[in-house]
Amino acid sequence: MGKSESEPWSLVVTPKSQLFDLNLQEIWRYRDLLFLFLRRDIVTVYKQTILGPLWFIIQPVLTTIIFTVIFGNVAKIPTDDLPPILFYLSGIIVWNYFADCIRATSDSFKKNENIFGKVYFPRIIVPMATVLSNLLKFGIQFLLFLGFLFYYSFQVNLPSLDVSLLLFPILLIIVAGLSLGLGMLVSSLTTKYRDLTFLISFGIQLAMYATPVIYPLSAAPEKYRVFILANPMSAIIESFRTIFLGTGELEFFSIFYSFTFAIILLVLGLLVFNKTEKTFMDTV
Amino acid sequence: MSKLSIKVEDLSKQYRLGVVGTGTISHDLNRWWHKIRGNPDPYLKLTQENKQNNHNNTDYVWALKNINFEVQQGEVVGIIGSNGAGKSTLLKILSQVTAPTTGTFKARGRIASLLEVGTGFHQELTGRENIFLNGAILGMTKSEIRSKLDEIIDFSGVARYIDTPVKRYSSGMKVRLAFAVAAHLEPEILIVDEVLAVGDASFQKKAIGKIQEVSHGQGRTVLFVSHNMGAVSQLCSRGIVLKNGQTYFDGSVDAAVQKYAQINLNLTEPDLKGRNDRSGLGDYKFTSVKIENENRQIVEEVRTGSRIYIHAEIQSFGKLQAKEVYASVCFRDSLGNRLFTLSTSFFGKRVKLDEKNTSLTFEILRMPLSEGMYLCDLYIAEGRGDTLVQDHIQNATKLKVYGNDYFNTGDSQPVGLDQFYTDFKIIKNHNNAIIKGDES
Repeated sequence: MGKSESEPWSLVVTPKSQLFDLNLQEIWRYRDLLFLFLRRDIVTVYKQTILGPLWFIIQPVLTTIIFTVIFGNVAKIPTDDLPPILFYLSGIIVWNYFADCIRATSDSFKKNENIFGKVYFPRIIVPMATVLSNLLKFGIQFLLFLGFLFYYSFQVNLPSLDVSLLLFPILLIIVAGLSLGLGMLVSSLTTKYRDLTFLISFGIQLAMYATPVIYPLSAAPEKYRVFILANPMSAIIESFRTIFLGTGELEFFSIFYSFTFAIILLVLGLLVFNKTEKTFMDTV
Repeated sequence: MSKLSIKVEDLSKQYRLGVVGTGTISHDLNRWWHKIRGNPDPYLKLTQENKQNNHNNTDYVWALKNINFEVQQGEVVGIIGSNGAGKSTLLKILSQVTAPTTGTFKARGRIASLLEVGTGFHQELTGRENIFLNGAILGMTKSEIRSKLDEIIDFSGVARYIDTPVKRYSSGMKVRLAFAVAAHLEPEILIVDEVLAVGDASFQKKAIGKIQEVSHGQGRTVLFVSHNMGAVSQLCSRGIVLKNGQTYFDGSVDAAVQKYAQINLNLTEPDLKGRNDRSGLGDYKFTSVKIENENRQIVEEVRTGSRIYIHAEIQSFGKLQAKEVYASVCFRDSLGNRLFTLSTSFFGKRVKLDEKNTSLTFEILRMPLSEGMYLCDLYIAEGRGDTLVQDHIQNATKLKVYGNDYFNTGDSQPVGLDQFYTDFKIIKNHNNAIIKGDES
């Protein structure tokens, strides 16, 4: 008996979790699960569809065409002298990455109730897989964007890519962080208060108009600028346009602001997610 | 060898009854207000024992209360108890699906739970893809799964369909595949919940064999939950009986199974009006049931081979209109195994119930059961096969059978060999009945 007491327990479960308890070692142990979930998310969405993964591309193309017609031709919102297709597509793919991530992660608990209710694995794997599978989807759409960029480079004067290209992966990390943090926060709260689900799907729609997706920041009225800049996604989209299209505003302070925002959201999201994952089965 | 595998200390779990959502915010705020003033949670002390037919006013119950036990490595422990005793809650805590309200639980080694097989199967993915996904959900790495893939496919017996989407599988195939994955997990601690309830007999045999192999052969700890007392006593060396969320008994498996039987027997009350553990529409309800002996005297025990009457009173509660119902009495042994049924539906007939009170008497010409304790379920339904059930009470009454002289000859059977007797004749050379083992 004395001997057995000395050997440490490999698992101790107590009612309360530590406030901040991100077990990276455990997540690493379950990395195969992360990739299998990622694969499942990608493979199963378009099973039994005729066009398959082409839908990844059709969606942004159709949206771009509609935006071009309505916001460009009818409402005549300026596009910083850029070809409207390039302008809208660049905004749409970045914004969609953010919006899709949040929509998908925000019902992590509810959607996986039947798995979560039966086996234990680090719950954070699910939102992480969602963010990664959406990144893959973004990658495909980004290739489409590059295609258009190449096509238009013969027609209009586009800037050559410079050292600011190095910022691009950082922008992606910030978007991933923002959406993962917000998604975790929302998914935790929706286990108890379902109202948030409606609020989020509606809120994301509205938030797009508070982000320079369909208009350039330069065209925004001065008195609204501060509100638009308070939105951490604004700097991302503006910077993305600066890197690839040469217009828009690239300010390091704004990017730093978005970065800090993402870190705070991530920490907050993790805190609440941690607290919820232990007992959500009782309330979901 | 005395290495502890699991240690559970003072484990309790509180649940809130009713709809979660309404009033949740106000309770949450109240809790929080108590917490910042340093007071204990106001809802913990309101919480009451987990008794299902309790009609009290608090919204909170203890699904588990102060559970303590230790499990040695390599032990196979059966966890038994009636429905709602807290078994599933305990397993949920042990498999880390939900956290306890108070208390701690410690374990050595990887825990894998085999709760309701098929967890995490994705309908659109093929069997092979699902083996990987399900294995990873249960905690295996890709290379571990790959090294066991052939073994798993072989064990599941669905090799031909392994590259077909799981949605085309029959439910039996899904169960077999899922069990095959889980059985090859090789965790240090395996939690098995009612998996044997599904699948055909040969699969159950295979599954029990695999669990035995895992525990005895490989020295792994197994926690096994089942209503099948046969499987429990076959597999386990130790049994823990839960009752109303508390540990009722912890000891050898045979003693545990007996204690469980005792709980079942104690459930019965002669007055059926107070019973809440009933199901059905409730327009008509059983109000009392009595056992009578051959002289129509109310008794609690009857002699084997004697004539008995089961007399039930039914009262109308709903709209005062006469209804026709099928009526049944089902006999079970004290472990809940069904033995035989007396039912009007065997004759395709229904009984017309009167507007207010009806009494029904079932007569058994000769009690076929041998010595022991038995339980009766009462059942009335307008339709056949569990449709339009008006009232159904499990373990409505108990019945003690004594004696072992079914044929009333004075020569008695040795006790405990048979559970049933029956009338019979033995005929010699095609004409002379030399022995008549019947009433004539």
